[in-house]
Amino acid sequence: MLSKFFDKVKEGLSRTRAAMTETIAAIVPIGTRLDDDAIDDIEAALIGADMGLETSTEIVDELRKRLRSEQLEDGPAGVMRVLEEQVAAMVALGEEGVLPLEGVLPGKPYVVLIVGVNGAGKTTTAGKLAKRYTDAGKKVVIAACDTFRAAAIPQLEIWAERAGADIVRAQHGADPAAVAFDALEAAKARGADVLLVDTAGRLHNKVNLMEELKKIRRSLAKHDLGAPHETLLVLDGTSGQNALIQAREFNQATELTGFALTKLDGTAKGGIVVALRREMDLPVKLIGVGEGVDDLQPFDGAAFAKALFAE
Amino acid sequence: MFNRLSERFDDIFRSLRGQGRITERNIDETLREVRRSLLEADVNFKVAKGFILRVKEQALGQDVLKSLTPGQQLVKIVHDELVGLLGGSNSPLKLADLPPTVIMLVGLQGCGKTTIAAKLASQFKEKGRPPLLVAADMYRPAAVEQLQTLGTSIEVPVFSQPAGSDPVEICRLGVDEARKTNRSVVILDTAGRLSIDEEMMHELDRILQATSPHEILFVADCMQGQDAVETAGRFYERLAFSGCVLTKFDSDARGGAALSIREVTGQPIKFVGTGEKVGDLEPFHPDRMASRILGMGDILSLVERAEQVIERDKAQEMEEKLRTASFTFEDFLDQLQAVRRMGPLEQLMGMIPGAGKAMKGMQVDEGAFSQVEAIIRSMTRQERVQPKILNGSRRKRIARGSGTSVQDVNQLVKQFQMMQKMMKQMSRSKGGRKKMKMPFAG
Repeated sequence: MLSKFFDKVKEGLSRTRAAMTETIAAIVPIGTRLDDDAIDDIEAALIGADMGLETSTEIVDELRKRLRSEQLEDGPAGVMRVLEEQVAAMVALGEEGVLPLEGVLPGKPYVVLIVGVNGAGKTTTAGKLAKRYTDAGKKVVIAACDTFRAAAIPQLEIWAERAGADIVRAQHGADPAAVAFDALEAAKARGADVLLVDTAGRLHNKVNLMEELKKIRRSLAKHDLGAPHETLLVLDGTSGQNALIQAREFNQATELTGFALTKLDGTAKGGIVVALRREMDLPVKLIGVGEGVDDLQPFDGAAFAKALFAE
Repeated sequence: MFNRLSERFDDIFRSLRGQGRITERNIDETLREVRRSLLEADVNFKVAKGFILRVKEQALGQDVLKSLTPGQQLVKIVHDELVGLLGGSNSPLKLADLPPTVIMLVGLQGCGKTTIAAKLASQFKEKGRPPLLVAADMYRPAAVEQLQTLGTSIEVPVFSQPAGSDPVEICRLGVDEARKTNRSVVILDTAGRLSIDEEMMHELDRILQATSPHEILFVADCMQGQDAVETAGRFYERLAFSGCVLTKFDSDARGGAALSIREVTGQPIKFVGTGEKVGDLEPFHPDRMASRILGMGDILSLVERAEQVIERDKAQEMEEKLRTASFTFEDFLDQLQAVRRMGPLEQLMGMIPGAGKAMKGMQVDEGAFSQVEAIIRSMTRQERVQPKILNGSRRKRIARGSGTSVQDVNQLVKQFQMMQKMMKQMSRSKGGRKKMKMPFAG
């Protein structure tokens, strides 16, 4: 499991890794001590990976301390090791960090609410997740609660068909909370194991749309007190520091249980994960490292850090 | 979206105000803060570094103008430099001498290409240039259907081909179709792709060769992080795009990445997408945006929008009324509707100088507008013109009629009276700036 994840992530993040390794190798010539300029450059490289100013400063401060107190091996290898350890510690997850994908699920149906800003990859994530669950032998129902965007429902229908999942939908413009409610009812009636609720993309600073999300949540809970069991915020892996604000706002509106980070197969470095973990006590549960169905993977902090820095 | 950056600059420059002159030391501290806020705004770290260096050079080499304090001077330098970074002046789309003008949209997945395609088409249509939309995204499920739905809603034809067709061929045929059917603009909506996906990037090369577009617009999400520079750089290397469209501009992202894209590719930002509706597309004005970043507000955009929706005669009439303080509930209703036509209040607030800071954390409740409207509409004509006659039983009736409470009615009447009083004062002390309290916010 772990090694498969590592390979996928490594592959997905290969550009990132190459860039980080190269940058740091260029900054830290073998056999010389790190001076302040070099440390500033390392900080810049971390900022360049979207880790954010505060997180990056924290990391290099720690690096400086360790340089003073321990004998690190010369050159980039030593620096990389320290950086990897730090990032790994920052993104490390507990038990709650794992999204159950097989075996007995804590809830029947196990309700997963998928939220996020426009274009983050919610529908694709819902589709891939549906496939994973059906592959694991689960009966899956998808609720098409994006009743706003043009052709959002047909897009989800195609995914549902690929995954072999049922879909519950309403007309364009229907009340998404009502669709969610009906879908949960249908999922129960059909004895489904999993209900995936795909919602419309919304910017976190739109009050009305965030209220709508709360309503979807309430209507699910009305049917089943435990639902939704998971509320995943889908974050675009290329996003910058605004992701922190998104996370905060969505968490306030819907009590998130974790993140799904998408589009990590590009040149983006996904450093926002580190900043996110530092600010919020919520796990990254899934990451998307490609367009294929299998490219949605459970997140593993240690492997992520390793993929980012290991040579 | 630049509001947060403006706020930071507000704080930074406040500490500079009241200092005698720009010295190496105080400027260093300030510029470190400026750099910090640029980085926090996702401006690429290399771009930020260059920016700071340029500002510093200029600031130290310049004599402080007599009319300005050193703080103001630095604001001016930062502002000018920011305008430069953002691209000088607004650059409109280039149109072909011989129609159809071919516009090709490119970008990453989920950046908003399809929405922008529809928005652009709608704008061309309004200007009397009939557009044709071409659905060239054969990869994302239901992408063609999305464009068709949008096309139907704005009554613009959409050219598409059955699933599995070659996108290059679709684009070529689409342009032919536009020529045959006398459309003046063709908008090619291509699939989202990663800049490192060689095969997909090659497809863009081929579309480029097959259609020779007049404009290639790189569509970018303004919430992007540091990688925006890398992505834009790669797309630019490959396609030499002619401009950029920023989407999700109505978010609270600081949008620094957008500044970097501009700096790295040298191509202008031509439009910004400001909402989910088809009409939410605006030309990008670097100078105004720089002012907004510096907390000077974007009064020009506000005025322009007001002009679009308020007829000139009416505005003059209103001014007269304000001056003579013969303002009634009737006028109030008119104004309310005009303001609502200008767009969501949240958007307007961001354009008012200083409002960004003052309104921080305040939720502007659009519903309050509807309530006020309902109350006024439940008044008789006489009551609207002569609010004085509003006694207890009239108020009770109005509350029932508008589905509100008597307290709500009382509050509105009180606010209205305050407004009238303020207007009297204002017309008396002309030019004296009085603090206006928003009558129905909060």
